[in-house]
Amino acid sequence: MTDPLNASLEKKNGYDYPGSPRSVGWTRPGRVLLADRTNPLPLDCGDSFYPVTVEYETYGRLSPAKDNAVFIIHALSGDAHAAGWDADWEKDNRPWRRDRPGWWDHMIGPGKAFDTDRYFVICANMLGSCYGTTGPWEINPASGKPYALSFPVVTVEDWVRLQVRLQDYLEIDRLLAVAGGSLGGQQALAWAINYPHRIRSAIVLAASARLGAQGLAFNAVGRQAIMNDPFFRDGNYYEGKPPAGGLELARKLGHITYLSNRSMEGKFGRRFQNGSKPCYRLDQEFSVESYLEHQGRSFVQRFDANSYLYMTRAMDYYDAAGAAGGDLNKACAGIGGDLLLIAYSSDWLYPPRETRTIARAMLANNRPVSFIEIPSDYGHDAFLLETDQTTPLIESFLKRCNR
Amino acid sequence: MAGTNRWDHELIFELVDPCSSVLDLGCGDGELLARLIAEKQVRGQAVEADHKQVSSALQKGVAVYEGDLNRGLPEFNSKSFDYVILEKTLQVLRRPMLVLEEMLRIGSKCMVSFPNFNYRGVVEKLLKTGRMPVTDGLPYQWHDTPNIHLFTLYDFIDWITDHRVEIIEGFASRASGHRPLVLPADSTGAEEVLFLLKR
Repeated sequence: MTDPLNASLEKKNGYDYPGSPRSVGWTRPGRVLLADRTNPLPLDCGDSFYPVTVEYETYGRLSPAKDNAVFIIHALSGDAHAAGWDADWEKDNRPWRRDRPGWWDHMIGPGKAFDTDRYFVICANMLGSCYGTTGPWEINPASGKPYALSFPVVTVEDWVRLQVRLQDYLEIDRLLAVAGGSLGGQQALAWAINYPHRIRSAIVLAASARLGAQGLAFNAVGRQAIMNDPFFRDGNYYEGKPPAGGLELARKLGHITYLSNRSMEGKFGRRFQNGSKPCYRLDQEFSVESYLEHQGRSFVQRFDANSYLYMTRAMDYYDAAGAAGGDLNKACAGIGGDLLLIAYSSDWLYPPRETRTIARAMLANNRPVSFIEIPSDYGHDAFLLETDQTTPLIESFLKRCNR
Repeated sequence: MAGTNRWDHELIFELVDPCSSVLDLGCGDGELLARLIAEKQVRGQAVEADHKQVSSALQKGVAVYEGDLNRGLPEFNSKSFDYVILEKTLQVLRRPMLVLEEMLRIGSKCMVSFPNFNYRGVVEKLLKTGRMPVTDGLPYQWHDTPNIHLFTLYDFIDWITDHRVEIIEGFASRASGHRPLVLPADSTGAEEVLFLLKR
């Protein structure tokens, strides 16, 4: 019999609580210096950058043969806290982590898609982000002031180069898999293209070889919203009020691209915020407006505006075929392991037809590939929400790769 | 696709050389390719249009590409697989000839199985009832059948003759079991046919 008190502790608000058998439990981030004066990180922009600290988390146990490691890669606004409950949220001043587990908790844990009873799961925060890995908010030791916009422009390939250093630090020769969605999926693809001998397989969700012009345009407007905020002051806002209004606006814009027309219709339709009649006013009237308001407000509590500029720029720059002169077939020629590509039907930010081009490039190279388009109304966000459809695919793929 | 009899399934499994490369078109739930990979160590790739079947095949550990065969298979290189398999799928395709041509281009050898509409059991039913025959091999009603191209063994042989295709082997599934193809007896005696072809 289940103890009713324990059962209520195990699952609340749809989350697996720390004591639940399906949760990785309490977590603590690790921080490690991966680039210093003697070993700077070469960046695509030409800089040799140091110092670089990386915040990361791990779940599960590394096998004695070190062959069960899965590197999870987060998307634009994510962090290293992919699963479980942050025991250090108070110490690290991250109150938003108090009431919710890591961003992919329903996929990572005992018995879940990334089964921590079988696999050693790693997740690290990206360079330029604002969750413990070096970013524009950090003090530049050379000047004694935050980097702000003197931070170098970073790319997806730079991120992966840094992740490879973490792999070496953890003394793992070959990862069983790298996996991520959206911008994280593009990093997984970059691993497969640039470091095929370091991975056994790659799992790419809701991502394509490059962002289309529409996506570039949304990112550009988002950045302008931040830079036009009077509090932005060329990025030097760390001692005063941050450009919250601009960041809020950028996030709202982003959110529109994460949903689909149908999911917005279903979730909000034309419903009024208060009652069933219009109030004949110009501020928040429709429920979709208050949703965006909420998303924007909660985002500025936890994200740095400068980081947003750098992360979206990296997203813009990524082109899997870039180094191969625009020839995706050529770019994919060296991919050695297995590749699982999952697209979601209503995703218009990284549409399935774009993900399909990666699959076709693999086939053109006589390489095995798995490509599936999951029917979903959730738009781009589907990679975070379609757990039931995605889980068995990832489970069986990892088992096959682990054979 | 049609029928519950998996005789061609077993025969294809036997015919494929160990450690060869196999492209399975319309792989369904991926059972055949999964077995070929596990028991004959083949290098396998599957293509399937039905999303649910793609999901099932993936869960069997098969590499599957979700795609529509009717668009052709331009991403595959010529002679890039030892075998290309099309198991009881030809009759559901919108562009069967395009797919056959693509198979012959991509595979050193091709295996194609299909229901023979001139099978005595089918024709007799048609003549006797005056209605589209519903049999074990063709289990659908006229309005819900996925089989949009019904053809006979001789129709297929005509096409082969006209298109420089060589029959390596042929097999007939008859009421008494399957055997190497015998003509003209199997024109009416074969319920289903399997050909091993090359160009």
